[in-house]
Amino acid sequence: MFAGLTDRSWLWIAAGFYLAGLILGTVALLRGERQSKTLVNGIILFGYVCQLVGLYARGRVVGGCPLGNSFEIFQFTAWSAISLYLVVGVTFRSSLLGYFTSCLAAVLTLTSLAIPAWDATRRSKIFGGNPWIELHASLALFSYGVFALLALTALMLVLRHYSLKTKQIGGWFSFLPSILDLDQISVRLLCTGVILMTASLAGGAVYWLRDPSSVNVLKLLVTVAVWLAYALALTLRLRGHLLAKRFAWTCLALFGAALISLGPVDASRHPPVLAQPPNVVPR
Amino acid sequence: MSPDGFFVIGATHHTAPLAVRERLSLSDEVDRALRLELKRVEGLREFTVLNTCNRIEFYGVAGNSSAVEQVQAAFCTHQRFSPTEFEQFRLHLQGLDAIRHLLNVASGIDSQMLGETEIFGQVKDAYATAQAQGHTGPVLNRVFQKAFQAAKHVRTHTAITGGHVSVANVAVDLAQTIFGALKETRILLLGAGEIGEKTAKAFQSRGAGSLTVASRRFERAMELATTLKASALPFEQREERLAEFDIIVGSTSAPGTVVSNAAVQAAMHRRPARPLFFIDLALPRDIDARVAELQNVFLYNLDDLAKIAEENRAARESETVKCRSLLSERAEALWRHIGPRLHSEGTSTVEPAPASNPEAADRAGRSITPVSRADSIH
Repeated sequence: MFAGLTDRSWLWIAAGFYLAGLILGTVALLRGERQSKTLVNGIILFGYVCQLVGLYARGRVVGGCPLGNSFEIFQFTAWSAISLYLVVGVTFRSSLLGYFTSCLAAVLTLTSLAIPAWDATRRSKIFGGNPWIELHASLALFSYGVFALLALTALMLVLRHYSLKTKQIGGWFSFLPSILDLDQISVRLLCTGVILMTASLAGGAVYWLRDPSSVNVLKLLVTVAVWLAYALALTLRLRGHLLAKRFAWTCLALFGAALISLGPVDASRHPPVLAQPPNVVPR
Repeated sequence: MSPDGFFVIGATHHTAPLAVRERLSLSDEVDRALRLELKRVEGLREFTVLNTCNRIEFYGVAGNSSAVEQVQAAFCTHQRFSPTEFEQFRLHLQGLDAIRHLLNVASGIDSQMLGETEIFGQVKDAYATAQAQGHTGPVLNRVFQKAFQAAKHVRTHTAITGGHVSVANVAVDLAQTIFGALKETRILLLGAGEIGEKTAKAFQSRGAGSLTVASRRFERAMELATTLKASALPFEQREERLAEFDIIVGSTSAPGTVVSNAAVQAAMHRRPARPLFFIDLALPRDIDARVAELQNVFLYNLDDLAKIAEENRAARESETVKCRSLLSERAEALWRHIGPRLHSEGTSTVEPAPASNPEAADRAGRSITPVSRADSIH
């Protein structure tokens, strides 16, 4: 509980803000109007603060970073993406990245809230009380948030290429940033994501080497595969072999794969001690 | 004619053909002489002259029934133009219609190139000149200030100025959608013709980085490069040095293509991560059309640019209804304040506005004397 509201209530309010951003942005796009950047960023910021409070309340009860089930993982990923957007995205002249970010956050948070089974049980003590493992897990998920934002800029890059190649530059295509801007921010996000994930994996590897049985093989394989795929994409991009539309499509496909990988990663966590999640509203 | 009130008289591209507008346009010398004469017209309390290539308009506040006729007579005399002929092409509006017209003019929706913003500066200059010479007073100060505010409002809240309507500016817009800010871009102009020069100037006016000219006649390339403060490149080196440029403007009159697909492929091999933008303004075309299929290469020809310019023009056209409605509301609100006062009290004699900018002038105009305070509109 925080300020008389349960953690889920705070997270519902946050999802409401993100949904409001999605609806207002869609209406503006359909009308062919440029959305106010201040309004978009204001809505996202309010949602972010509410989500932060919700995750904080949940974290206090579970005694650590709330990453104990799919619901918490989706919430944390959305929160990570928004965190990064508030740092880098607000410098974009276009409000379209804000719109896409609120769309992504609305989808991730509302989906996680709408599926009660995802939050019906949670693994307790998944980090064994070790803050370093907790840091490893939160860094890994934060990198997923970065890749989520990368997927959005990649989507915008695909749309920008499409508009220029098909010579349709009016309408809402005119709100897209330039190709060079999108390409540069995408490369920076990819670098950031890979660095964070590398740090996370390096931290996890230390404990895995000490006790190989503590990490499930499937989780290890899936995580390393995602990391390798992103690292390879970054290498190819920096060497000039993966460019423009292909680079953008690769980022989108990799994020899809990364999202799918969350399932096996979460399911294979050790130890699988089931517990009732805190402050869960009876369903 | 109303005994007193706000009026506009003149001729515009809507009322007079180019041949007539040429004869009506004021030279600097005549302009000065005419202003001196207008200042002496009895009953003409305030006036401003707007003289552009598409319009000659006198905005004023008349205190008696003959003031407007005297303005027309003075203008026709100075221009050696028959008053009877002038009346065929004359625009003459009073009161609310005149205010609405001024707001439309300042906003660019009365312009030949719909939504252009240059007129805003021209109206401001005309007002500033009149103000500096002491020809404006509380009514014109207020009306022009409101016109500027309305024009800014319309520009901000509608798409009337969105998207350029000239081929050269559309090309620059496209370059910005690829490269963002243009200050780092390098432009190669192939051909030294008029359309290429215009496009190059459009790029320069929007902050493009460096410009290089290559023409089949090197001396012509040197000449244009000097004019544009650019550098010149021997035409035969155009393909081998293609990778050094971001934007290539083709405007030669060569009978065939001057940039081949193979040359572009080779250039992109050397700069794969940076897009290459071709603007082909030539007929027959200068750039091999197959380059459009290459990754990170964008090719727009004259038809493509003209189509976008036309779409932009149509989009502006569709905004005019909204603009006119917004401006009409503002004109009516303004008229509700000044109209009754113009008719019931008359206006004060011409008082020079004490400040050079409209806002300051208005603020000051409202506080100089009890008369001007009474005339001011809040």
